[in-house]
Amino acid sequence: MATRNDTAALPVKGGAAPGRPPEDAAAEKERRRRDRLSRRWQRDIRWSPYAFVSPFFLLFVAFGLFPLIYTGWASLHQVELTAPTDMNWVGLRNYTRIFDDDFFWNAAKNTLTIGIISTVPQLLMAMGIAHILNYKLRASTFFRVAMLAPYATSIAAASLVFVLLFGRDYGMINWALDTVGINPVDWQNDKWPSQIAVSSIIIWRWTGYNALIYLAAMQAIPHDLYESAALDGANRWQQFIHVTLPALRPTILFTVVVSTIGASQVFGEPLLFDANKGTSGGAEHQFQTLGLYLYEQGWVAQHLGRASAIAWTMFLILIVIGIVNYVISRRLRASS
Amino acid sequence: MRARIRTARKAMVVAAVASLGAGLLAGCADDGGNGGSDSSDGDSGGKTTISVGLFGTMGFKEAGLYAEYEKLNPKIKIEQNVVERNENYYPALLNHLTTNSGLLDVQAVEVANIAEVTATQADKLEDMSKAPGVDKSKWLPWKWQQATTKDGKTIGLGTDVGPMAICYRTDLFKQAGLPTDPAEVGKLWAGDWAKLVDVGERYKSKAPKGTFFMDSPGGLINAILGSEKEKFYDSSGEVIYKTNPAVKAAFDLTAEAAEKGLVQSQTQFQPSWNSTIANNKFAAIACPPWMLGTIKGNAKPDAAGKWAVAVAPKGGNWGGTFLTVPKSGKNVKEAQKFVTWLTAPEQQAKLFKVQASFPSAPSAYTMPEVTGATNEMTGGQKIGPIFAEAAKAAPVQVIGPKDQIIMQGLSDNGVILVTKGKSAKDAWESAIKTIDNKLDQ
Repeated sequence: MATRNDTAALPVKGGAAPGRPPEDAAAEKERRRRDRLSRRWQRDIRWSPYAFVSPFFLLFVAFGLFPLIYTGWASLHQVELTAPTDMNWVGLRNYTRIFDDDFFWNAAKNTLTIGIISTVPQLLMAMGIAHILNYKLRASTFFRVAMLAPYATSIAAASLVFVLLFGRDYGMINWALDTVGINPVDWQNDKWPSQIAVSSIIIWRWTGYNALIYLAAMQAIPHDLYESAALDGANRWQQFIHVTLPALRPTILFTVVVSTIGASQVFGEPLLFDANKGTSGGAEHQFQTLGLYLYEQGWVAQHLGRASAIAWTMFLILIVIGIVNYVISRRLRASS
Repeated sequence: MRARIRTARKAMVVAAVASLGAGLLAGCADDGGNGGSDSSDGDSGGKTTISVGLFGTMGFKEAGLYAEYEKLNPKIKIEQNVVERNENYYPALLNHLTTNSGLLDVQAVEVANIAEVTATQADKLEDMSKAPGVDKSKWLPWKWQQATTKDGKTIGLGTDVGPMAICYRTDLFKQAGLPTDPAEVGKLWAGDWAKLVDVGERYKSKAPKGTFFMDSPGGLINAILGSEKEKFYDSSGEVIYKTNPAVKAAFDLTAEAAEKGLVQSQTQFQPSWNSTIANNKFAAIACPPWMLGTIKGNAKPDAAGKWAVAVAPKGGNWGGTFLTVPKSGKNVKEAQKFVTWLTAPEQQAKLFKVQASFPSAPSAYTMPEVTGATNEMTGGQKIGPIFAEAAKAAPVQVIGPKDQIIMQGLSDNGVILVTKGKSAKDAWESAIKTIDNKLDQ
């Protein structure tokens, strides 16, 4: 700061000279120029970072925060899709009725069971596949890319193919079961078969994705650890249990959190699996998830207020899941 | 310091590029609303572009009607924007109507949604009864009534209707020892849906192995209710589906057919239902003219000519569309003129010939396009007169805003369960629980 011209040299008052000499004018001009640059630089340093991060926050406010708050506001009203500006205040009625809304709890239960039967096998399989891919293999790049192919496939296309595979009368899976002497299964209308079918779409789609995450983490494990374990006489399996798994702990936690959040929002697979109008999740709502129920209330039954209340309840449930995850991960970190 | 200034300059460049990009995107978005960049102001090269929003295959373009109108009116260009399924088209249309933006010059509305649009969105649509050249008497009275508000505004002009008949497989009927001539078959069940179920039992006793009498419980209950004057709402607009004896009777009759194994356990328009058509597994189906198109789309070539059409037990209606003109459209006057022309009897008759969309204008029923019409699936049978008969016999039905939700609940969450072994009573309970939850605001 002390080098700044304006503070370093105050102009002398009451000088005799009526005009400044030419060198003085040049210096003054230079001084002003540097002054200007300096001010600009200061503003730059101070505000540019905000400008650089602002696009995200502006978008977040427009497409994240505002809808969130507006949904909260709508959830306290009776609003219909046919007249969204016409709101009737009903207080917490939309929330209180959720408590004895069988369809909501049925959807919550389905979300939980589909979440479990899709997430657990998915992560176990991903771990196994990653372990195999971690060995030296011919054409390993091919296998790794192939693992990611389902993830890159459109969910709609995938689900429609699965609908055909799981067809009761003309589906390939029942045909295969029939050839080994098992009675045909009604994959769409019976409770557990339909949930297993929906889960299989999720598993098919996300296993490779998780496997690649595990694989990346495995490759970051120092090779010395395996060598010393081998010297100590540990076989492959023991190496996996005692070297790979502990090193992967943070990664496993990450995939569990991401998969849990994904599972609580399952929507596309059950919607498309019931290829008719879709939002009921089957004739007896046997695979209707919370996401699907929310959509049904909002866009089929057109009750935006009720749908908003369901959305906020789901949001609160997700926060609870997040807190549980956080507590568990802190415990794990403390213990390791 | 120099480096930082350079960074700032770079940032300016980035920002400039970004804003330019945003501007371009915005420009694209503007054009998108009109369905083409060459028509962004609705008037380019001296031509007025009328944009038409449709769902499914309505066939105006396929029948050459756009080209014909453009020839008659050289200053007009017609562009259509088609959404495959009404389930996707309608919520978007509703969104556009409630915000009164993004609407095209002409918007189609399905009959299942027309009551809701008429009751809640009429102020955003033109009163077509006042459009020049529109003559109310040309339409079937019930069709005209469906798009008319309580204070007498008519917001949409009818294109087609879905007069219901019964399509059946002559080869399967023959194998089961039933008559195959349409007139005789129609007599078997004339006047009463319960007789149709009786014929089903006769069919089943000698049916070819693995076949069912009808395709789905949903199709049957829909057909029965399509011939009732009042089904889910009474004329004052009250929901009466739970107390209306006609609805319960239709449900019970369908459940009976399902318990006896006369209908196949399918939900209509699902892929597996499409497969049952391809595999010739059922003998009869409730059948508006457009259903012949669905059959043709799914059947194997060898099924052509094996179908026939008989009169249904009672006249009823299933399906049909209206064309509306939103007030916020860019070319309201031209759009009204176009819709008036497009829904005139002559054009409806031409559409029937190509698309099997049955005219909603009775004067078209005597035109050669209708009287002489045959269908690939039904061989040489003249199908026009049968459907014309059904259209005239269809009751002036009270339709309500939530008809679609109630119908869907009764079939998808109700009678289908009977085919899964649930009792009719439990299935009814299950259906009304689902419906009430959806109706409860």
